[in-house]
Amino acid sequence: MTTATLSKKALPGTLELGLARGAAELREFFRQKENLIFTVSLPAILMLLLGTVYVHEAAAGQMFAASMIGAGIISTSFVGLGMSVVADREDGTLKRLRGTPMPFTSYFIGKIILVFVSSLFEAVLLLVVAMLRFDVELPSTAEKWFTFGWVFVLGVISCSLIGVALSSIAKSTRNAAGVLNLPYIVLQFLSGVFISQAVLPESLRVAGSLFPLKWVCQGFRSVFALNDGYAVMEAAGSWELGKIALVLGAWTIAGLLLVTRTFRWTHEAS
Amino acid sequence: MNAIRVRGLRKAYKGHQAVAGVDLDVARGEVFAVLGPNGAGKTTSVEILEGHRGRDAGEVSVLGVDPAKGDRAWRSRLGIVLQSATDAATLTVREAVHHYAKYYADPRDPEEVIDLVGLTEKAKSRAGTLSGGQRRRLDVALGIIGRPELVFLDEPTTGFDPEARRQFWGLIKLLAAEGTTILLTTHYLDEAEALADRVAVLAGGRIVAEGTPRTLGGRAHAEATVRWMSDRGYTEIKTSEPTKVIAELSRHGELAELTVTRPSLEDVYLELIA
Repeated sequence: MTTATLSKKALPGTLELGLARGAAELREFFRQKENLIFTVSLPAILMLLLGTVYVHEAAAGQMFAASMIGAGIISTSFVGLGMSVVADREDGTLKRLRGTPMPFTSYFIGKIILVFVSSLFEAVLLLVVAMLRFDVELPSTAEKWFTFGWVFVLGVISCSLIGVALSSIAKSTRNAAGVLNLPYIVLQFLSGVFISQAVLPESLRVAGSLFPLKWVCQGFRSVFALNDGYAVMEAAGSWELGKIALVLGAWTIAGLLLVTRTFRWTHEAS
Repeated sequence: MNAIRVRGLRKAYKGHQAVAGVDLDVARGEVFAVLGPNGAGKTTSVEILEGHRGRDAGEVSVLGVDPAKGDRAWRSRLGIVLQSATDAATLTVREAVHHYAKYYADPRDPEEVIDLVGLTEKAKSRAGTLSGGQRRRLDVALGIIGRPELVFLDEPTTGFDPEARRQFWGLIKLLAAEGTTILLTTHYLDEAEALADRVAVLAGGRIVAEGTPRTLGGRAHAEATVRWMSDRGYTEIKTSEPTKVIAELSRHGELAELTVTRPSLEDVYLELIA
């Protein structure tokens, strides 16, 4: 067969191509000013504005910064990634990739790299603002940082998958802005980012608790709280770390299933 | 073995038969043009061959593989040149070509490809700043970087100014001269005439004629029209022996405004798709 004689050299591996995709994605991301302003800087700007109103004592600063980091990484993963997949569908990136020997998994690895790096930038910028302006302190124990790490990773992955799944509904980038931003903004109110979940009516509290944002923010609050006594301010009266892992894990699996079933390369019906 | 072999291809969308029984053979090393008006089924047919679309019926073999079952190894032997992509806008030409080269086992040298498509001076420019013609040249570069055996060009020069089209044709001829098989769709007749070894006319989802640009639709054997100005105004004679006719006519003296015409590819084409 001609195939056998021609492919003496093997095609590059899936992971290798995923890393190459990630590098290209990052390069493109950081060259677009709107990404730097909206995706990376907006949470820090909101922290600065809202913090000036809300934060009058150290404890409040810690809690608010934690919630804002949660909201921020979900903005980069859920909204940002969803939008970038829709844009890839719109500008021909996906159509082009589909005609090459690059595996779909590599495309997705590239996107995950993009989301992790942009989320990290966003979180670091926000923390720097919080530390300089509101004297927020970083967690001091390895245990807290460990919690920070796994909440960050699970939060980013689960919300990325849901964002990509939802992107299949959107027909254009304009359309996607609504499809992705509406649930995100509503959830910020239901998940204890701007208002403590404890003051919400039970129905809204339950609704918010179905989605990842509440759990990511709660996880971060457990990391940044001055001491564990602040857990009484949570709706459940405790940090519920086990439950956080379970909910985010479940959303990751659900997101994976949704993406593999609903992902579309193009807008056209096939 | 032919590069492309299609028998009885059919595809319908919601009751509309886009492709209604197409047979097609494209030999290796051939430049084959599919001509047809908008909505004739060109893009659907090509996308089925590329493996981007399913089909309802028919046999399809592209480089010996059924596109519906094409794997990575098969994809690496194809080059698909996109029609209206605006992707990779913030990457430079050089970055984009080098990046896509990584997808293949045995790619061409990216710098050579940039040179081949005539973008050496634009290598450091971002793709989003290129003109329409330059952008399509970048698309060709990305389509051929993997050293494809078969290249698909779907209406590649739509929206080009005349100069950009001529330059683009030069590039396609260069690829053809290297032995690459090329399947081209177009609705420009002069494009098909300039580039293609063989042409098929697609109308209403069917191939209504096939042949070389010279012989398509019986063009080579069609009667010529001899036309001149006589005392009675313009006079025309349709004949298969125009030389003889003119020789006889010219015995009576000079023929004013003499022309001999044969049906152009456009005349034949318009007749075929009518």
